[in-house]
Amino acid sequence: MKRVTLALTLALAPVLASVGAQAETLKTVKDRGMLACGVSQGLPGFSNPDDKGNWTGLDVDVCRAIAAAIFNDPTKVKFVPLSAKDRFTALQSGEVDVLSRNTTWTLSRDTSLGANFAGITYYDGQGFMVKKALKVNSALELNSASVCVQTGTTTEQNLADYFKANKMKYEVIAFAGADETVKAYESGRCDVFTTDVSGLYAERLKLSNPADHVVLPEVISKEPLGPMVRHGDDQWFDIVKWTLFGLITAEEMGVTQANVDDMAKSDKPDFKRAFGTDGNLGEQLGLTKDWFSRIVKAVGNYGEMYERNVGAGSKLQIARGLNQLWNKGGLQYAPPIR
Amino acid sequence: MLGGKAGWNGIILQILFVAVLVWVGYEIIANARSNLAAQRITSGFGFLNNTAGFDVNQALISYSGSDSYSRVLMVGILNTLLVSVIGIVLATILGFLVALGRLSPNALLSRVSGAYVELIRNLPLLFQILFWYLAVLAALPGPRQSISLFSTFFLNNRGFIVPRPIEEPGFMPFLIALGVAIVASIGLRFYARRELFVRGHAMRIWPYVLGMLIGLPLIAMLVYGAPVAFEVPVLKGFNFAGGSRIIPELVALTLALTMYTASFIAEVVRAGILSVHKGQMEAGLSLGLSRGTVLRLIVVPQALRVILPPLTNQYLNLTKNSSLAVAIGYPDLVSVFAGTTMSQTGQAIEIIGITMGVYLALSLITSAMMSFYSWRLGKRLGA
Repeated sequence: MKRVTLALTLALAPVLASVGAQAETLKTVKDRGMLACGVSQGLPGFSNPDDKGNWTGLDVDVCRAIAAAIFNDPTKVKFVPLSAKDRFTALQSGEVDVLSRNTTWTLSRDTSLGANFAGITYYDGQGFMVKKALKVNSALELNSASVCVQTGTTTEQNLADYFKANKMKYEVIAFAGADETVKAYESGRCDVFTTDVSGLYAERLKLSNPADHVVLPEVISKEPLGPMVRHGDDQWFDIVKWTLFGLITAEEMGVTQANVDDMAKSDKPDFKRAFGTDGNLGEQLGLTKDWFSRIVKAVGNYGEMYERNVGAGSKLQIARGLNQLWNKGGLQYAPPIR
Repeated sequence: MLGGKAGWNGIILQILFVAVLVWVGYEIIANARSNLAAQRITSGFGFLNNTAGFDVNQALISYSGSDSYSRVLMVGILNTLLVSVIGIVLATILGFLVALGRLSPNALLSRVSGAYVELIRNLPLLFQILFWYLAVLAALPGPRQSISLFSTFFLNNRGFIVPRPIEEPGFMPFLIALGVAIVASIGLRFYARRELFVRGHAMRIWPYVLGMLIGLPLIAMLVYGAPVAFEVPVLKGFNFAGGSRIIPELVALTLALTMYTASFIAEVVRAGILSVHKGQMEAGLSLGLSRGTVLRLIVVPQALRVILPPLTNQYLNLTKNSSLAVAIGYPDLVSVFAGTTMSQTGQAIEIIGITMGVYLALSLITSAMMSFYSWRLGKRLGA
């Protein structure tokens, strides 16, 4: 019943909210003294509370970077854990200022939800995980399998498309939460667990014996994940977008959490523009001149964030792949700060 | 004033109150509409015709991913109805049995029934659903190690798989023969009752009824061949192919809802039976009727008048509680419509509105049916 009550509250929120408040997200955040950030209910590497209750992960760091850009303090974030099916309503109703919750950018979500995607933090794709004991080597061998999936995701539709396109039969069992889904997979209710590949690696860590499970090689969809903001506040949209671009630019420029203070003294024109020693690009965003160094000081550059949360420095050990910078063979590319 | 005669002042107040209420309602709708338009969130019910694009693992009507959201809505409503109707029937039977057990002079039976009620009604329903799903049904073996009965029925953690009947040429004659037998049996019973009441002549009709019900279809089968053939399930790949399957989510949900609601119904029924004066039972027994007959013919019909209103409440609770299905992945209305569909379309107001409307309609229909039954009962008892 709790879920229904939550859904109902969220549904009624736009009824009660006034129109004016939508346009001034930055002011609302400053008045509140906190950024309200929608995250997952626990996905290692992306948004997950650690053993001390601190939120960590790639999506979490995006929110910390935004908070740092506004308040010069990455701790001024209130994290709101949301299930896949409640997340958009929470953003629409103003319960969160930004939704940074491994959410796939699609056309229909961009147009019909009253929200915009502010960029891509992680290039992902949907995959399958099965028990090693089944001796399955390819997703094309999954005819007649039972598949566990989390409800309210693009995953459900990709799954239907893939099995239909390959003329295979399957049974889908859709659960409301990620934990229930994994539990059902582990108990043997399904042969296959499907979600984004990064999620498969993350959830595999939660299984009692991760080595008994294997992620199949097929990636059946494009899942570009990124933060979302509400329609109607372009300044806020710009702030979130450029925080993300700032993180990527920092990696490209070789600015790290450790050397940011030295780099800020650089005489190179593009460095001076980014650090605000020349011009007022930060103020044009509605932030301060030193927004760029604030961000990097708080969470490091994109590459550092990646390694710490999902890459070599984490338990997930996911290779950079598509998420490498554009000039190193990947897709991460930021427009110039000028 | 409250509930009394109002007078002019009262009438004016009431008109004002209604006007304020209408104005508030109008403001809410207008405000929501302008907010949605300002944020450019899609609104309206056009989405119902869009393609759903996802699959559901139990549909009572034919459904595939290329059907529309309105079809998803129907699938969800039917799945909710299925679990509610099965739950209501089973919970009523179990509830009556437990209540009679608790009132029984047999100490063991009454203690066991009492323990059942106290244990089950005091545990949270969600916990019981998860118990049946994760602790009991998930412990069953996988498809390859299924528990099999004569290699035709299979039980595993994917559900209970039974042979599926397929219609054969002899199906229609079989159905007609069965129909004729049923009509003739009802006619015979009608005749026998008239004989009993008008002439005081008791007839034993059950041998004839049994003979007709078995004999006529048997003759039809001998003449026209078997009415159905059975498609026996076989293990193929990951799961059984062929046959029909009852999914474990349905079983877990039905079990939990039935047992939980039965514990409340048992108390309702017990209260109803105790409300009938014990002199009625004593009078019946002294006439030489058996305890069962006294209960059936004298006590329960009177108790029903007390039982029906709270029993209706329990039926409504069961229907609404079935929305907890979402916890174990049973595709009920809340799961497929207020869950997946809402998340895919983002149209929270419309979808929550429709969902509320469906539950409201189900509840009103249930109470209307119960009211009708209670009205008919009242007429029969001459109250």
